[in-house]
Amino acid sequence: MAKPEQCSNCTKPATIHLTQIVNNQIQKVDLCEDCPFKKGVTDPEGFSLAEFLLKPGTLMQAQADQLECPNCGFTPADFKKAGRFGCPVCYETFKGILKPMLSNMHKDTVHRGKVPDRALARVGIKRKLTELESRLREAVEEEKYEDAAGLRDEIEVLRSSLAESPGNSEDK
Amino acid sequence: MNILPLIEAKAELTDGGLPPEPIVLSTRIRLARNIAPHRFPGRADESERVEILDMAFGKIADGPLSGGAKIRIDALSPLERQVLVERHLISRELSEAGTGAGVIIDRSQHISIMVNEEDHLRLQAVRSGFNFKKAWAEIDALDTAIEGDVDYAFSSGLGYLTACPTNLGTGMRASAMLHLPGLVMQEHMEKVIRMVNQLGMAVRGLFGEGSEATGSIFQISNQQTLGESEDSIVKRLINVLHAIIEQEENARKVIREKKALKLLDKIGRAFGILRNAHLLSSEETMNLLSLMRLAVDLGLLPEEYRTHVDRLFIETQPGHIQLSVRGEVDPGERDQRRAKTMREEFSSLPGLSFGIKPDVTPKKKKS
Ligand SMILES: [Zn+2]
Ligand SMILES: [Zn+2]
Repeated sequence: MAKPEQCSNCTKPATIHLTQIVNNQIQKVDLCEDCPFKKGVTDPEGFSLAEFLLKPGTLMQAQADQLECPNCGFTPADFKKAGRFGCPVCYETFKGILKPMLSNMHKDTVHRGKVPDRALARVGIKRKLTELESRLREAVEEEKYEDAAGLRDEIEVLRSSLAESPGNSEDK
Repeated sequence: MNILPLIEAKAELTDGGLPPEPIVLSTRIRLARNIAPHRFPGRADESERVEILDMAFGKIADGPLSGGAKIRIDALSPLERQVLVERHLISRELSEAGTGAGVIIDRSQHISIMVNEEDHLRLQAVRSGFNFKKAWAEIDALDTAIEGDVDYAFSSGLGYLTACPTNLGTGMRASAMLHLPGLVMQEHMEKVIRMVNQLGMAVRGLFGEGSEATGSIFQISNQQTLGESEDSIVKRLINVLHAIIEQEENARKVIREKKALKLLDKIGRAFGILRNAHLLSSEETMNLLSLMRLAVDLGLLPEEYRTHVDRLFIETQPGHIQLSVRGEVDPGERDQRRAKTMREEFSSLPGLSFGIKPDVTPKKKKS
């Protein structure tokens, strides 16, 4: 019963014995009760693939390009360290390094699953609203009052369609 | 914060919502979701995380999941956190997270939503037994309801955007917890793990109980989340699970044919220890309970005790033992306490009925 092994990360007795598969290799790790949380190996869901899959070449290229996410300030070095992105916009920012990584990791690089229709519809309407509102401002400035009236009607219709979905209680 | 009402209530995994099965203990599906354009929890500052948590408590716990328990992790004692981890209601990672981390748990405890773990939302549905249909129907409906009110981070090309690209696309991790004592005894697990891995699925020993998987319990899950529909991922996983179940059945058959005496001796000794021991570590207890579950499968104990054993698997873990005495106690005292519980639980059971022929197939049940 009593396993005499030592923690592979420190000198305390190992009480957690873990097997995981990384790139077809079975890895056995023995850890004490404290270390796994530092090492992040115990999340039964995730496995730290980023480090194995990031091609050093593309990463260096991206660093050379001085990429930085405009929304959260993430850089390729941050990604290498964390193995995770900073925000949804990072996926756009780091498209270049992402693609080879995704084809190693997944079945394909295109999403074929569920789509959040209502959330996407809201995003579309909001985008359209912003556009109409700026056109309305222009029309007013240029004193094209007939156009402005039409735009106002359109905006009204879109706003009420947003308000109908429960999704727009938030104040923007 | 007091989580006792939650622990004392009937839960899917401790009270067997559905009749438990010989090999599949439980089925789980989780979806990773984030809220645009917020920074992921690992990057967000405290105020942004708190904003997400308040949003989740407001829009979800007072919306589609109304009536659920809203729990802030930083309001829990370390022991309470550990108990929730042992019940698989939250992950170890969430239990270690700071301000802004929380969980919503529905009344039936089929569903929980972790907030500000690796992703803003981790929706999870759990069912006992082999039950992907029910688990998916529940989690899909909840996800759709939330999406009516929350702007998910989604790209039409890449799907649901997640903090880690390993979860990208569907954001779905489907898994089943299998009890595989036959494959462990026959030393076939490494081979099985390799096979399963080649089919794009991951195998892990159940957390906290080790890799030679104390208790012979393994979690099998999909590794890939992008490029396939949820349905086809689950179908592939189910095919792999059927293959593993078949291998386990074969292993048990071989053991019963060739090593019957040894098997019965092992089970008999385990029963004796559980009834009489005065000190039991959680690891030893898991292994003994595994043999008791096998005893039920083999007809040595009545069917209805399978649920009983499954509940003890959860309640024998360190956090639960301490919760039962209402406080933190050192490991030595825990072992004493655990042994006492087992003595009580197993004294109330009928004795093992060794009347079976050692060479019948494992499917055969006593009437
Ligand atoms: Zn250690
Ligand atoms: Zn970013």
